[in-house]
Amino acid sequence: MEDLIKAEGLGVSLAGKAVLEGITFSARSGEMTGIIGPNGAGKTTLLRAILGLVPVRTGNLTVIGVPIARLKEIRPKIGYMPQRQSFERRFPLLAADVVATGLLAPGTILRRLNDKDKIVTEALQFVGMEYYRRRPFQDLSGGEQQRILLARSLVRRPVMLLLDEPNAGLDFPAQQMFIELLQKLKVENGLTIILVSHDLISVASAADQLVCINRTMHIHGRPADVMRSPHLDEAYRCQFDFLSTGGDKERCWH
Amino acid sequence: MLALSDMLAYGFMQRALLAALLVGTLCSTVSFFVVLKRLSFLGAGISHTALGGIALGLVANIDPVLTGTIFAVGTSMSTGYIARIGKISEDTIIGIFYASGMALGIALISTFKGYYPELFGLLFGNILSVSVRDLILMSLALGIILLFVSLFFKELLAICFDEEMAEAGGLPVGPLYMGLLAAIGLTIMVSIQLVGVVLVAALIVIPGATAYRLSKNYRSMLVLSLTVGLAGSFGGLMVSYYYPVPPGAAIVLVLAVVFAGAMAVKPLLERYRRNRLPL
Repeated sequence: MEDLIKAEGLGVSLAGKAVLEGITFSARSGEMTGIIGPNGAGKTTLLRAILGLVPVRTGNLTVIGVPIARLKEIRPKIGYMPQRQSFERRFPLLAADVVATGLLAPGTILRRLNDKDKIVTEALQFVGMEYYRRRPFQDLSGGEQQRILLARSLVRRPVMLLLDEPNAGLDFPAQQMFIELLQKLKVENGLTIILVSHDLISVASAADQLVCINRTMHIHGRPADVMRSPHLDEAYRCQFDFLSTGGDKERCWH
Repeated sequence: MLALSDMLAYGFMQRALLAALLVGTLCSTVSFFVVLKRLSFLGAGISHTALGGIALGLVANIDPVLTGTIFAVGTSMSTGYIARIGKISEDTIIGIFYASGMALGIALISTFKGYYPELFGLLFGNILSVSVRDLILMSLALGIILLFVSLFFKELLAICFDEEMAEAGGLPVGPLYMGLLAAIGLTIMVSIQLVGVVLVAALIVIPGATAYRLSKNYRSMLVLSLTVGLAGSFGGLMVSYYYPVPPGAAIVLVLAVVFAGAMAVKPLLERYRRNRLPL
């Protein structure tokens, strides 16, 4: 399988301060990669570096076979869903309007969006929200808003989807439903998914591989290996015990 | 109708009405974005900073509207630029510019010898002294800003909704945002001639804020913002014609009453919407 993201010794600085150092990992095509780490570990910054929103100071970063400096060439192939806190919840848009904002790109400036309604409807169908298209976005529940934002990130038919804390603020059933939806997109559409989350358990159960960081690289591998690794304790600066009983994992804090 | 024709019998009232309608349209369009992007404090900040530019123009014997415009647009764009580069929040930068511009204005005004009627016109507004030249300048500003907004409406809306998502999609967020800030600065300076430095912030906040309270869809918000802006400008002018209230203050008071009305109506509207929703 092809590597859609390849980071080698990646370093990122913000306002002259090193936020990430020596990050090395790869994300394979058609897999779900979970980026985990404690609060302030630089997970969102890593995602922003992959999106070209913050400059890479050191190392190499290749996204969909293209060096990060030439990200413009492959930008339509990347879908992005930021944290829900980044926008105003009462913003007066209909659900379909929110999805349509995902179609905007440098090439659509000063142009009408052809087949906009059809494309938006298809994206809404992907996430099972087509009947909500005329509903005000502000009237939707947290879980429904997340699905609309997911439709927005899918509207340009990307090959890779980056999600930043998509489960934050959702109740357990809504979290489960959302993760199931991501699994479906991965399996049925072959989407490569990069999922940033502080929720270790839910990401570990859904992802094909985990990348654990805390400013630097700690461990990268299959969830079962990462969860048993002492590097995980190091990254979180606390001790985890994951006791396996019939496949279920139980977490104990010491 | 008789009252209107009575009022329009005077040339200065005709010009004042035209100015009110031009500025009402301009402010309510810009207000839509000011409220959605949460830039309300920027209006107050820029108008007070413009005082420094106006005073500088008067001291240097240059058209104070020109120097004020340079200050207003410059402050607006500098605020956005510093916020992006320096990672300082916009309200902090506005707070600094606000006080510094005012201080410069006060310092320069204190050096004045004699009486400057233009200064008081710009401080408190004087819609009744609007000249044909002023109307041409207002129309020009309206034309430029409406052209900018209509060309980039969908992009500006996306930036107001979520700047990061827009940037990740490849939109030129920086230049578009700077264009919006320049439009806000220009609008404020044009509107200062009507309601003055002290009250102008109300004109670019209240129409959008009222519409925001009542709308769940940007289309209705834009139409409502325009309606409120025009009604406030026209209504205020009518009030000032019949009652001894300065036009600038009357316009702002009418807008404030409309906003209070929207606050009162909102729960009723919510109840109506809930009853209409299918079970």
